Amino acid sequence: MALKIVKGSIDRMFDKNLQDLVRGIRNHKEDEAKYISTCIDEIKQELKQDNIAVKANAVCKLTYLQMLGYDVSWAAFNIVEVMSSSKFTYKVSCSQLQLQSVDAVLITTIINSVSLPLVTQDLSSPNQYDTGVALTGLSCFVTPDLARDLASDIMTLMSHTKPYIRKKAVLIMYKVFLKYPESLRPAFPRLKEKLEDPDPGVQSAAVNVICELARRNPKNYLSLAPLFFKLMTSSTNNWVLIKIIKLFGALTPLEPRLGKKLIEPLTNLIHRALDLLYGMVSKKNLMEIVKKLMLHVDKAEGTTYRDELLTKIIDICSQSNYQYITNFEWYISILVELTRLEGTRHGHLIASQMLDVAIRVKAIRVFAVAQMATLLDNGHLLTGNMQRNGICEVLYAAAWICGEFSEHLEDPMQTLEAMLRPKVATLPGHIQAVYVQNAAKLFATVLRKQEGTTDSLAAQETSQLLIDRLPLFVQSANLEVQERASCILQLVKYIQKLQQKEVEVAEEVTALFAGELNPVAPKAQKKVPVPDGLDLDAWINEPPSESESEDEKPKAIFTKEEPKHTRPRHTEVDEKELARRREARKQEQANNPFYIKTSPSSQKVYQDQPGVEHIPVVQIDLSVPLKVPGMPMSDQYLKLEEERRQKERSERKKKEKKKKREKHGRGRRADSGPESEEDITPAHHVDIVTEEMPENALPSDDDDKDPNDPHKALDIDLDKYVYDVQGNLQDGSQVVVSVIFENKTDHFLKSMEFNVLDSLNSKLQRPEGSSPHDGLAVPFQLPPGVSNEARFVFSVQSIVMPQKLKGTLTFIVKTEDASTHEKLDFKLHFTCTSYLITTPCYSDAYAKLLESGELKSSSLKLEGVIMPFHHLLARICFHHHFSVVERIDSCASMYSRSIQGHHVCLLVKTSNQTVSIDAKCDEPSLLGNVLDEIKHTFSQC
Amino acid sequence: MRFMLLFSRQGKLRLQKWYTATAERDKKKMVRELMQVVLARKPKMCSFLEWRDLKIVYKRYASLYFCCAVEEQDNELITLEVIHRFVELLDKYFGSVCELDIIFNFEKAYFILDEFLMGGEIQDTSKKSVLKAIEQADLLQEVYDYF
Repeated sequence: MALKIVKGSIDRMFDKNLQDLVRGIRNHKEDEAKYISTCIDEIKQELKQDNIAVKANAVCKLTYLQMLGYDVSWAAFNIVEVMSSSKFTYKVSCSQLQLQSVDAVLITTIINSVSLPLVTQDLSSPNQYDTGVALTGLSCFVTPDLARDLASDIMTLMSHTKPYIRKKAVLIMYKVFLKYPESLRPAFPRLKEKLEDPDPGVQSAAVNVICELARRNPKNYLSLAPLFFKLMTSSTNNWVLIKIIKLFGALTPLEPRLGKKLIEPLTNLIHRALDLLYGMVSKKNLMEIVKKLMLHVDKAEGTTYRDELLTKIIDICSQSNYQYITNFEWYISILVELTRLEGTRHGHLIASQMLDVAIRVKAIRVFAVAQMATLLDNGHLLTGNMQRNGICEVLYAAAWICGEFSEHLEDPMQTLEAMLRPKVATLPGHIQAVYVQNAAKLFATVLRKQEGTTDSLAAQETSQLLIDRLPLFVQSANLEVQERASCILQLVKYIQKLQQKEVEVAEEVTALFAGELNPVAPKAQKKVPVPDGLDLDAWINEPPSESESEDEKPKAIFTKEEPKHTRPRHTEVDEKELARRREARKQEQANNPFYIKTSPSSQKVYQDQPGVEHIPVVQIDLSVPLKVPGMPMSDQYLKLEEERRQKERSERKKKEKKKKREKHGRGRRADSGPESEEDITPAHHVDIVTEEMPENALPSDDDDKDPNDPHKALDIDLDKYVYDVQGNLQDGSQVVVSVIFENKTDHFLKSMEFNVLDSLNSKLQRPEGSSPHDGLAVPFQLPPGVSNEARFVFSVQSIVMPQKLKGTLTFIVKTEDASTHEKLDFKLHFTCTSYLITTPCYSDAYAKLLESGELKSSSLKLEGVIMPFHHLLARICFHHHFSVVERIDSCASMYSRSIQGHHVCLLVKTSNQTVSIDAKCDEPSLLGNVLDEIKHTFSQC
Repeated sequence: MRFMLLFSRQGKLRLQKWYTATAERDKKKMVRELMQVVLARKPKMCSFLEWRDLKIVYKRYASLYFCCAVEEQDNELITLEVIHRFVELLDKYFGSVCELDIIFNFEKAYFILDEFLMGGEIQDTSKKSVLKAIEQADLLQEVYDYF
């Protein structure tokens, strides 16, 4: 067997491989068709051979021909045969090809007869990946006959121990069913089983298949509904869920009862989607998204769902301090639109948003007030259904906004009138209270307007209006309303008396409500500095005695802490006083739109802790903008400074880059010959004159350092040499070494002779007739301080390995009185890179080359490379004779060719200091060595 | 799904996978026609379009267009997700994938696609298990190459 393989690979050397084919086609531009037909003949011959590698090679060539548009269906038989090979890669490429060639109806019968045993053999392979590839391939070319013959095999595979196989088997069954429907009945129970497979992959495959089947004929799958229902409620895999929902979409028309059951899980899903929305919004799309949601709100049938949408809209809009709202007029209109929803429970939410926006966004107040006035005017529409309460809460906000910012009202009189309608008395107490209070504010505004004109009667009429309407509220069962109404009524009566005496009162009335209310940031309290000399922890009075606190209820901890915030006499006040204060505070709270009212349950708790209850709330008047800056000012300066520095840094870098590029550009011009020219003659070789050596030129330092070096002993820095090894394009077995000799001594050097100890692989080319040990005379002499270049041609057999050749240079040093014979040992290093020749390659040809699948791959990782990507590429190009085929961002493909025609392809990628190089070449050892050399290049920098 | 195509902005086909048998000539015609249609579309245009009797779902990632043809009843959004998941897989496997990766390692791209989709249906939604299968297959191939 082994012998056969060896023999096969030797045979192959004489075959045309894919590269040869591609090259050949390109060289036969005039008679391409003829060339290809000969190639096809060759391929036919190759396909007749035993060796599977030869066949695979032939199939590869076929792939290329097929890509060019030639019909290769005649080879289907052989393709299937190659597919049966044990090599994994062959199989995959074949399954690709198989799929493409299968369309010819003619050959399906051949496939059937041949592939069946082959595929069956693969199906039962012990290796799961072989089986997997067989299944993948099969999925592409299932024919009715194949389906019939393989159905039972695949069914067995559905209960394979490996989930990997199971899922593939399940999926392929779908294709089998399509081609051979009879198999569905026996396979169905097993398929159903797979719905509950422990492996999620298999499960989702089964769901997929059944959903696809059910789409064509839903009736038969109704019995599976409970199972799917269970899956839907338990599965967390969104992919599966979508499929199941689609399935249910097909099933519900057939079974109406299903619809009801689905509502809950479906709304759950929708909620999930809504949650996603929350994170999706940006300034740009917010309006669009909300518009869509509003449409859904209109269409929604259930109140719960509608409420959910409503809260989501508000959540989305108000998130991170209204970050995404660019137009608050729009937002107010949205809120007003939302009030039109019937029976929502979230009136208070809308109301609080209205208040929040109106208070915090000053610019919006005119607009907001106008909108609120309309709301108040149409208040009766909202109060239509009191039982459902909810939405009338917005009137609370509307009344307060109109009252507080009444100076912006266009027609305050009308609003005042609207607020005092008898219908208002049907509103909940706390809203009425706000109405009454704000009616008073409006009254003040109206008065001021009317007194400005000469019409004093109008002002009196306004007072009369209040005096007429307020008694209704005085009778209110709600204490708050009653108290406020009677208070204001008396006030207005008094004002009217003054008016009758023609006293101007507007100023004084307005003064009652003077002062603007500002929003307070949540962190405002923290920012108030503690005044000097105030120790918050110190006792102000004597601490209460131990026994006293022990007498108190178990919640003593709270009372102990209390003195920190309050004056101690609070602890001494009696219950009555407490009750009175509590009431007063509640009243205050009712007036304060920011105060979130305690719910009944929490109030109970409060009653147990009188201490907390009566801590006075101090309103801190801080002018806080809508966005509370997250950082103290100094931090911002720091940030600015940092930005500035970064900018400078990047500018500096740019300059550096520029310099480097210039330098590099110059270097290249000086150093490189016309590499792209097709016919490089040895005369055009790259000469390296400077001390800056490329990495492939490695002078044998170790020899120089040899303590036994005769020149060291003589203490003469005699001469030095630099060399470059360059391949010869015209002859695949020749390299030329250019050596530069430089005389660093003060003496004249002559009769230089260059000799190298030949190896089996590399030989110095000597003139005919000379023995292999003879040296070559260097054709010049060197006066002191002069340098010159000599070239030596070497013949090389294999270029896949780097070579080191030992050599000696003998010469005569001529001093004034005598001349001595000297010798210098050196080593020549033939790197693999030196066998590569920069060859341009177009991306199409490159893609085709890679598609051939002939190339072996290898990879390399370089850590900690800090140079810019283009420098890195330039370095590889320069030192290793590659050319860039294509570059996309931080990824580039590169190409080079050896003097013997090996293709070397690189894919270089970089991401934070790590460079990964994937490489492909038809000669693995050459590739390995080139990569080592690249690695070496970068390890030196 | 009927087929999946990957092509570059320049109209170079990078990967094609057909899930139904189609004659070679038709394939070529379809690919050419479809590429013209898709490449002519502006970036802000919808990712879905109706084409012949099929629905085309495409998405552009950098210079590459991922284009799927699905049937009338199929969901476009999930197809879009399929494309994205495939891209995620490629990205995870190659590490910040780009067009060159797909040219360079096109057989790997096919492996990944085959592990992810089979016969046009999703085979495994878990990225982990797909990548695991590919790693195993890579290992297997290395072993073969070694012998």
